[in-house]
Amino acid sequence: METADPPRPPETPETPETPGTPGSPRVRRTPGAPRRPRTPGSRRQGAHAPGARRALRSARRLALPYVLIAPTVLALAAVLGYPLVDLLLLSFQDMTRRQLFSGTAPPWAGLDHYRTILSDGFFWTVVGRTALFTVVCVGATMLLAMVVALLMRRVAPWVRMTMVGVLVAVWAMPIMVAASIFRWLSDADYGVVNWLLGLVPGLDFSKHNWFDNPWQGFAVIAGVVVWGAVPFAAITLQAALGQVPAELEEAAMVDGARGLQLFRHVTFPVIKPAVVLVTSLSAIWDFGVFNQIWLMRGGQPEKDYYLLGVYSFIESFAVNRYSVGAAIAVITVLMLLGGAVVYVRQIIRLGGAE
Amino acid sequence: MNPSSARRSRHGRFTANALGLLFSAVMAFPIYWMLLTAFRPAEEIHHSPPQFWPGHLTLEHFRRAVDTPTFWANVRASVLIGIGTVVVSLLIGTLAAFALARFSFAGRKAFVLVILGVQMIPLAGLIIPVYLLLSDAGLTDSLLGVVLTYLVFMLPFTVWLLRGFIVGIPVELEEAAMVDGCTRLGAFRRVVLPLLAPGLVATSIYALVQAWNEYVLAYVLLSSNDKQTLSIWLVSFQTSFGTDYGGLMAGATLTALPVAVFFAIVQRRVATGLATGAVKG
Repeated sequence: METADPPRPPETPETPETPGTPGSPRVRRTPGAPRRPRTPGSRRQGAHAPGARRALRSARRLALPYVLIAPTVLALAAVLGYPLVDLLLLSFQDMTRRQLFSGTAPPWAGLDHYRTILSDGFFWTVVGRTALFTVVCVGATMLLAMVVALLMRRVAPWVRMTMVGVLVAVWAMPIMVAASIFRWLSDADYGVVNWLLGLVPGLDFSKHNWFDNPWQGFAVIAGVVVWGAVPFAAITLQAALGQVPAELEEAAMVDGARGLQLFRHVTFPVIKPAVVLVTSLSAIWDFGVFNQIWLMRGGQPEKDYYLLGVYSFIESFAVNRYSVGAAIAVITVLMLLGGAVVYVRQIIRLGGAE
Repeated sequence: MNPSSARRSRHGRFTANALGLLFSAVMAFPIYWMLLTAFRPAEEIHHSPPQFWPGHLTLEHFRRAVDTPTFWANVRASVLIGIGTVVVSLLIGTLAAFALARFSFAGRKAFVLVILGVQMIPLAGLIIPVYLLLSDAGLTDSLLGVVLTYLVFMLPFTVWLLRGFIVGIPVELEEAAMVDGCTRLGAFRRVVLPLLAPGLVATSIYALVQAWNEYVLAYVLLSSNDKQTLSIWLVSFQTSFGTDYGGLMAGATLTALPVAVFFAIVQRRVATGLATGAVKG
């Protein structure tokens, strides 16, 4: 339906009910007096051509929203739409350093790059690795966030304040800062993690380098990703849980529902939209993860640490095979589309009138 | 409530509190450890077993971090890029958000789809063509080029978030102003804008933080050392200093500081904005 949003009461608690600044106009209407729409400034309309004026005004009215969105549309088209098309074109061409600097048109390559990439075993290893990484990170993030959000409803107010404070502090940490901290925590010589694990009897982790083995290295990287992702997920889920009517849960409890049963059949259905939303968003973010790996491997990730984002970047900017990098990026975007469809559909459905 | 269930619920409350505090401690530990490492002398950093309480405090790591040749230039670049991105994206974004919140027009649905869909495109995937585009326009190694790129990646979110805030402002207020003789623009300026202020603050902080944190694009687009942002400085700092974790943690603290302060100011608004604007539609 193509209707504008109906006026709703303010959704944000901070929004004051009336205009806060002095001198702002307020509704002054005597009860019963007919509400007479006046023209702006109540100028008298020229009697000679009211029809033309009105047509002009209604044309202006019709054009207004388009004028308003024009700058956004133009900016998106120029700096996002054009590069997207360019990316697609590039993946069908053969752009190397030479064409980049001489400015000559790169030769046409057709589907060659796609054929090479898709028949390359290494590419599929990277795809599998990226998928596994995404599933593990999203799974861990959602599970942890859900538990934390549920926990936040049960704790004393001061504990909840502490939890929110910590979550926000973690949320505010720039990715590069978080990655630096985790690199230090997992340092081979003086890292706290090695020391902690060394306390477990029978384990010797002194001088253990976590990045020698990619599985362990990815465990650290997943640690940073999950640590950084939990706050957003937990706070959003907690907000969603706040919308579960207390009567609903009480009624179910009277009917004998307990614990997991209560959660599965009463609580979860209410918060499901938020869960779907956060899950799809996290999946999209984790699938395209780049910075954490880049920093933790000191700007030179080994082949064992390639995920799709890193792979495409290295092909383009380290090996200067821009077209191959572009083709990998196109494939990545196509793979992400699945997650994107889920996300957009959920938002539209929640928006109702959209 | 009978006594046994009361005892059980008190017991449950206690367990929940303990778990909540444990979780907070584990989550907060990396930040605590960063601060502690940044402020303690090197002997204490390289102490085995690690010492978990502050001993001597020193500012030597901060001095070393600030004394790196490009630090202030990088701060300047980060600030300029951040402010540029925020100002332009608010100017443009508010208009579009207003159109989305208040008008029904043909193509509105398509516009919403684009706004939402664009957020899904991974930044890293578009680096190559964006780089080529900006190099054609002569905007590589220029702060303006970076601002333009960030702008586009922030805009969808800005529009969507602000739309949520505008929808929350009753349209009757505007209508009343227009009945009383305001023009549409006047009504917007005098009624909507003051009420939108919290939304604008929240959105701008969010965009600022995003711009402050971004790494890859800045890394690719900005080649001269004195134009690079703090994120890049932090990474190069790390490699050039090897395992000088004191200096690195001091640098990390300095990089995180402005973001943390801003976040603390608006966290509630960003959270409700996300919940109402983006999440609830």
